[in-house]
Amino acid sequence: MSEYKGEIRKMMIILSKASIENVYAAFVLANGARMEGIEAEMFFTFFGLEALHNKKLDHLHVATVGNPAMHMPTMIGGLPGMEALATSMMKKEMEKLDMPEVREFLDILKASGVKLWACKLAMEMFHYTKEDMYVDLDGVLTVGDFYKQAEGLGTHMLFI
Amino acid sequence: MEKTIAQKTVQVNEEGYLTNFAEWNKEIAEEIAAENNIVLSPKHWEVINYVQNEFKNESPLTIRKIGKSGVVDIKEFYALFPVGPLKTATKIAGIPKPAGCI
Repeated sequence: MSEYKGEIRKMMIILSKASIENVYAAFVLANGARMEGIEAEMFFTFFGLEALHNKKLDHLHVATVGNPAMHMPTMIGGLPGMEALATSMMKKEMEKLDMPEVREFLDILKASGVKLWACKLAMEMFHYTKEDMYVDLDGVLTVGDFYKQAEGLGTHMLFI
Repeated sequence: MEKTIAQKTVQVNEEGYLTNFAEWNKEIAEEIAAENNIVLSPKHWEVINYVQNEFKNESPLTIRKIGKSGVVDIKEFYALFPVGPLKTATKIAGIPKPAGCI
């Protein structure tokens, strides 16, 4: 590793899922980068767009089905209300750790200088417009545009 | 380990954080700030006083808490301490680096 002795200069974080544990993982990593003096940009694609969608971002859930770490039989996890229950339990624990809600977290990321980009292809697929999305969205980008944003030594890219 | 900052010998850890807050003084703060390319303004001092008070109250620091402090908002905080703001502010303030992930 010769470039900046392997030092990370910029994190490009791609979020493709909207289950709350994935959204928080991506947000914590982006915020954590800024807190270390590392630049950070996020690219929201496919279901990850829900974390930016004004009508959806306040209602994201934990995935209780297909998540072996929940230690809950899949059939139980699929019962009505289970996701909401697991989500409210998780949110209580997060509040204790001073973890903000999704919208407030987006505000913190923006105030910290994180760039938020929506994927053009996924926006078109879901028939979303920029007006449907979080107000401080930086823009809608193609994959090529996003790679352009990543230019420079010491950039790392992460897919969640 | 020992380090001489502003003509005073103080105990610091391997990252340069003072390990004994009693050894801190304003000249030390100014010198650590200068090492981080920061000239302390009255607003910087307000933040430093705030983080020191939180430390004395054993209340863990997070970026969210800074935003709600009433002293600065998060944007201003990054403007005052551009590179790793909470790490830098606590280092200048002579208190430990916050251990949390947010």
